Amino acid sequence: MLILSIITLCFIVLSLFFDYQKTVRGIKKGIKMFINLLPILLLMLALVSIVLFLIPNETLVRYMGEGSGVKGWITAAGVGSVALIPGFIAYPLCGILIKSGVAYSVIAVFITTLMMTGFITLPVEAKFFGWRTSIIRNLFSLVAALFIGLLMSLFL
Amino acid sequence: MKELKKYIFPLVFLTFVGLSYVFHFPSGKQIGLNFWMFFKEMILFLPLMFILIGLFDVWIPRERIEKHIGKESGWKGTGLVILLATLQAGPLYGAFPFAYILWKKGCSIRNIFIYLGAFSTIKIPMITFEIGFLGLKFSLLRTLITLPIFIMLGFIMEWYLKDKNFDVKQP
Repeated sequence: MLILSIITLCFIVLSLFFDYQKTVRGIKKGIKMFINLLPILLLMLALVSIVLFLIPNETLVRYMGEGSGVKGWITAAGVGSVALIPGFIAYPLCGILIKSGVAYSVIAVFITTLMMTGFITLPVEAKFFGWRTSIIRNLFSLVAALFIGLLMSLFL
Repeated sequence: MKELKKYIFPLVFLTFVGLSYVFHFPSGKQIGLNFWMFFKEMILFLPLMFILIGLFDVWIPRERIEKHIGKESGWKGTGLVILLATLQAGPLYGAFPFAYILWKKGCSIRNIFIYLGAFSTIKIPMITFEIGFLGLKFSLLRTLITLPIFIMLGFIMEWYLKDKNFDVKQP
């Protein structure tokens, strides 16, 4: 975070040094895009907070734990696809799941869908890519995640 | 008024969280805490990202980028977008604005989706985190399996979208 702030500041100073007008135009443009996206971002974050609350860790362990078989895979892909959870929450959570006996292949599906697909994030994605492309990308990523899990199960 | 209308859902949500605190409703408080955690991450990182994108847009001419990651760039272009993605951090919604600017500067459809794939699954700051929680073997194996799969996904998306007027819009 600090690094990003420093980089941004350096670029702003550098840019100001070369061309004031251009710099102002660039920053204004960036801020405008952010403001336009803000309402839908807040909505998305609110939904993710609710989903995270509704699905406690114990439930995940129960559905994905030892001997859960196909049910475990479906839970991992399903829960993983609903929410887009950032890594700093996803990884500690997966650490807990592994210790509770969840298979590595199921974890691979869970992690991949958590980070690659998010049906709650769709409205944000659609602002950039349009609905059709966003839905297709998410569906393909879901299939890819299952495939990754399958391959992982061959090795671990 | 029209501006305010867009914020109706977030406002309703915040009112709910506020009331939960006033009336000591624990579930509402927990949801509020979750929201605060995500909000902090977003608000610290996204405005800076957008400022960088704005500057990138006014300074870097399209030709410069198109040559390296455009339609004719081949595997070198693919390698470059993967490298770019792995050095970044943050959740996937932070990659969408970057994908927009890459597209505007002439990046190919395939490389846009390979960029998104790499960004979401093999960012280096994340991998170090992953190794800590899930071990080197898991992390390495997952990366090696994931890499070719989302490169393939890039090809599939390009094939699917090539005559469908694909566009990345400015938000």
